[in-house]
Amino acid sequence: MNELRRSLLFIPGNNPGMLQNADVFDADSIIIDLEDSVSLDEKDAARILLKELVNAIIFKNIELIVRINPFDSEDYQKDIEVVKNLNIDTILLPKADIQSVKDLDNKLTEINSEIKILVLIETAFGVEKVFDILETSDRCIGLMLGGEDLCVDLTCERTKSGEEIFYARTRLLNAAHALKLKAIDTPFTNTNDEAGLIEDTNFAKKLGFTGKASINPRQITSINKCFTPTIQEINHSMRILNANKQALKEGKGVFAIDGKMVDLPIIKRAEKTIVVAQKLGLIKNSGEYHAN
Amino acid sequence: MQIDGYKKNYKMYSYSKVIKDQVILKPTKKNNSLNKLRKNISNLLDELTIKDGSVISFHHHMRNGDYVLNMVMEEIAKRNVKDLTLFASSIFPCHEPLVKLIKEGVVTQIYSAYISGPVAEAISQGLMKKPVVMHTHGGRPRIIESSEIKIDVAFIAAPSCDYRGNINGSLGKNACGAIGYAVTDAWFAKNTVAITDNFVISVDKPHIEGKYIDYIIKVDSIGEASKIVSGTTKITRNPIGLKIARLAAEVIKYSGYFKNGFSFQTGAGGISLAVAHYLKEIMKEENVKGSFASGGITGYLVDMLKEGLFERLYDVQCFDLDAVQSIRENEAHIPISASKYANINDDCIVNDLDYVILGATEIDLDFNVNVTTSSTGEIMGGSGGHSDTAYGSKVTIIVSQLFNARIPVIKEHVICKTTPGETVDVLVTERGIAINPRRRDLIERFRQTNLPIMTIQELKKISDNLVGIPEEVEFTNKIVGIVEYRDGTIIDLLYKRG
Repeated sequence: MNELRRSLLFIPGNNPGMLQNADVFDADSIIIDLEDSVSLDEKDAARILLKELVNAIIFKNIELIVRINPFDSEDYQKDIEVVKNLNIDTILLPKADIQSVKDLDNKLTEINSEIKILVLIETAFGVEKVFDILETSDRCIGLMLGGEDLCVDLTCERTKSGEEIFYARTRLLNAAHALKLKAIDTPFTNTNDEAGLIEDTNFAKKLGFTGKASINPRQITSINKCFTPTIQEINHSMRILNANKQALKEGKGVFAIDGKMVDLPIIKRAEKTIVVAQKLGLIKNSGEYHAN
Repeated sequence: MQIDGYKKNYKMYSYSKVIKDQVILKPTKKNNSLNKLRKNISNLLDELTIKDGSVISFHHHMRNGDYVLNMVMEEIAKRNVKDLTLFASSIFPCHEPLVKLIKEGVVTQIYSAYISGPVAEAISQGLMKKPVVMHTHGGRPRIIESSEIKIDVAFIAAPSCDYRGNINGSLGKNACGAIGYAVTDAWFAKNTVAITDNFVISVDKPHIEGKYIDYIIKVDSIGEASKIVSGTTKITRNPIGLKIARLAAEVIKYSGYFKNGFSFQTGAGGISLAVAHYLKEIMKEENVKGSFASGGITGYLVDMLKEGLFERLYDVQCFDLDAVQSIRENEAHIPISASKYANINDDCIVNDLDYVILGATEIDLDFNVNVTTSSTGEIMGGSGGHSDTAYGSKVTIIVSQLFNARIPVIKEHVICKTTPGETVDVLVTERGIAINPRRRDLIERFRQTNLPIMTIQELKKISDNLVGIPEEVEFTNKIVGIVEYRDGTIIDLLYKRG
């Protein structure tokens, strides 16, 4: 399973053409959607298609996530009945609150399932309770912000600049990082605005998001690029780690690179960069940068 | 085996690196008078006396907006002649009226590099008396020069023409730009006729000189220039197509020939244009500038020329109106003849290519490519310049979805071998890249990258697992077409469906 979660691509659960090619778009995770992108009269068909797909195709090097319908909907139970026995990695739980996470966790525990939970925070109540929601189950690997639904709840307009979700973004980030969990940013919905997507993704990364959801495969390359360390970042991180190794050998507590003091947080950030670069195959065994 | 209606001394294709087989002298024409203008096609046909069995040629630069072929053939058909050979560089859906002439025996044989639409369907159904000969764009001038086919009358749609017969394709209300496929016809036909809707006093910088034109006819319109657009002029928005294009551009980057002065060809169509788009990004990032791009030229390549990413464009036919405007205004956008483009007996441009991006309907485990028939065996295209550029280019890259609507591109054997696998180097699909085992150099180079390299057998296995293996198509023994390689040997035969 791919645990990088830089890019998470929603694919409608009733679109066989896209589902068949789900693993070619280079997303780290694919989210097969049984909720908003599937109309009420297509829900049954989508569940059947999902079951057939997962049983027929083994998706390699990709996290397979299913977004089920919300806890308070008629389809929630039907979705769980199908999904709980499938070889998937994670369930994305929409409009998550403490009660729904507890219920889902119980249902999965009953059958000794190893399926993880990613909570979708998309209500004002959810934003305020996010820390407790994440703590409800050990299955929670992190959260995703659902900006569109949140704005409906906030009775405000969703804008490109995103001031209206700034509070939610930072509150969610703080909760996720406090618990050492993943924080996935809301999708950028204008699929024809690549410059806007890049700007929005860079902003999310700057705030502390670890990945971004997407509603169109064409967005994946830009999102991945944003969350992938550059050659300069990798080289700089390597210098830090090598200098740290040397400092330890020489018994030095602190050291400087290019005149700047290097302390523990900087070393930890460099380690994280190198881990991601290694997972992406960007570094050879020799430590040299690898063309991608 | 003798094939009815085809040359007796034919040879079967065998891969070799032979480049030339003869030196050609260009003849001048008989009518160098200033009295070339004739009242109309009918009057001219009285003078020319077209007989049973004559060979009539046309070019296809007006593409699916061409009026000339239909208007001439309609007049010829009125004269009760039979058994004509149509030597048309390409045939499009707009040429549907030909089907009636085929059924009536007016036209009994066709030579062409590309046939689509109702005429292709009629041929596949076995309605023609003699098999169609499907040559390449470069094969066409070779056939003419070698006298394998002697054109009795060449009719040339001329977007602008002066009283001496000088023709320029870039000027006039129906400007189509380069007219490279008509050049050799004009030189070698017994009679060459310019048909124009823009008769002017003088044409500067003619694409075909007046000394090769015997007759001129003025008509209201030679076609609709807006319909010359080939494929699509916009980059694909299909994410799978974009991924293939991105991978193809990466293949170019790491193939070893990507350096200042490299040359490149790609076609119209969403994925091909997207390759140019990603290549453009890489060229800017790596600060690499190319020498030339060639082929059918699109606005996208014109933009790259304007940005200084290529020094010049060699254009045998314009694929869109931006290219038409460019060839009119920019001296670095150079019109070339089909012979200069791809004729094995000429000093042809394709031999200087570093990269060509090509499509495929089918490709087999030996990298043979079919672009002549559909995956169910009906004619729907042809080589055009496919096998010419594949031969000449240092790296020939096929771009294709691994399957489309459950139809796989990789087959055990292709229905029609249009381009031999010996000349195909790389297949790029959304699920991986296969390198022809003959190209050990490329295999070695790509080992140093993270590109998803696998064997074509492995790619086929992935495809078979996802969409299954289609049933074999069955054919009768009736030959409906002969596929000629660029050197004139037979590379494959087309049969009527069972």
